[in-house]
Amino acid sequence: MLLIPSTLRAEIEAHAEQGYPHEVVGILAGNSVMNTVQVLRSLVNERGDTNNRYQVSALALYRATQALESEGWDILGYYHSHPDHPSQYSEYDREHALPNLSYVIVSIQNATADTMQSWRLSEDRASMIEETIEFLG
Amino acid sequence: MPTIEIPTPLRPYANNQSVIAVSGATVKEVLTDLLTQYPDLEKHLKDRKGHVRSFVNIYLGDEDIRSLDGEDTEVESDDQLIIIPSIAGGRI
Repeated sequence: MLLIPSTLRAEIEAHAEQGYPHEVVGILAGNSVMNTVQVLRSLVNERGDTNNRYQVSALALYRATQALESEGWDILGYYHSHPDHPSQYSEYDREHALPNLSYVIVSIQNATADTMQSWRLSEDRASMIEETIEFLG
Repeated sequence: MPTIEIPTPLRPYANNQSVIAVSGATVKEVLTDLLTQYPDLEKHLKDRKGHVRSFVNIYLGDEDIRSLDGEDTEVESDDQLIIIPSIAGGRI
């Protein structure tokens, strides 16, 4: 289970709505023992076709995660948006996922946040398994 | 011996170690040694064809090996390699 404060849920949704019709992406950080998100960090989507996909290069991601870790946060995973598309993971999402992380996807329908789901890569990499999100507060 | 830093999500497959001593004169040999030591890493670092996955970036110091000689890049005994994943995904 992934715990997300309602205030941070609202921030993810706002980021995604503001970025519509493009995909937005960010880091979920917090306490790995409690699997609780406590801080977000938005990232720049470096792809050209940002309405369908996202990409963040190694060094940009490394700088952002190192900064969070130096502040004492654990990297719990990443969030990204699916403009006018369900919050179901795609094959492209699965192919590029790493284990032991939460991949939160928020569906944005006509510029408004709809569903939010979290996924974790299966051990054999063949699928992603939905992880329950509990919203706090 | 050269060392290679493992990204946090993959450390459970490397006995929870963050930095591993490896042997080899090239990146290819170092990777082979790493996967011999910790074979459970292979499915996350390489695709079914045995190629390093596109989102798995290997740095020798500050340089991405793709800007050097790729997996043929020579490795010295005091070199420090880092595996730095990039992230990608999308609705399609």
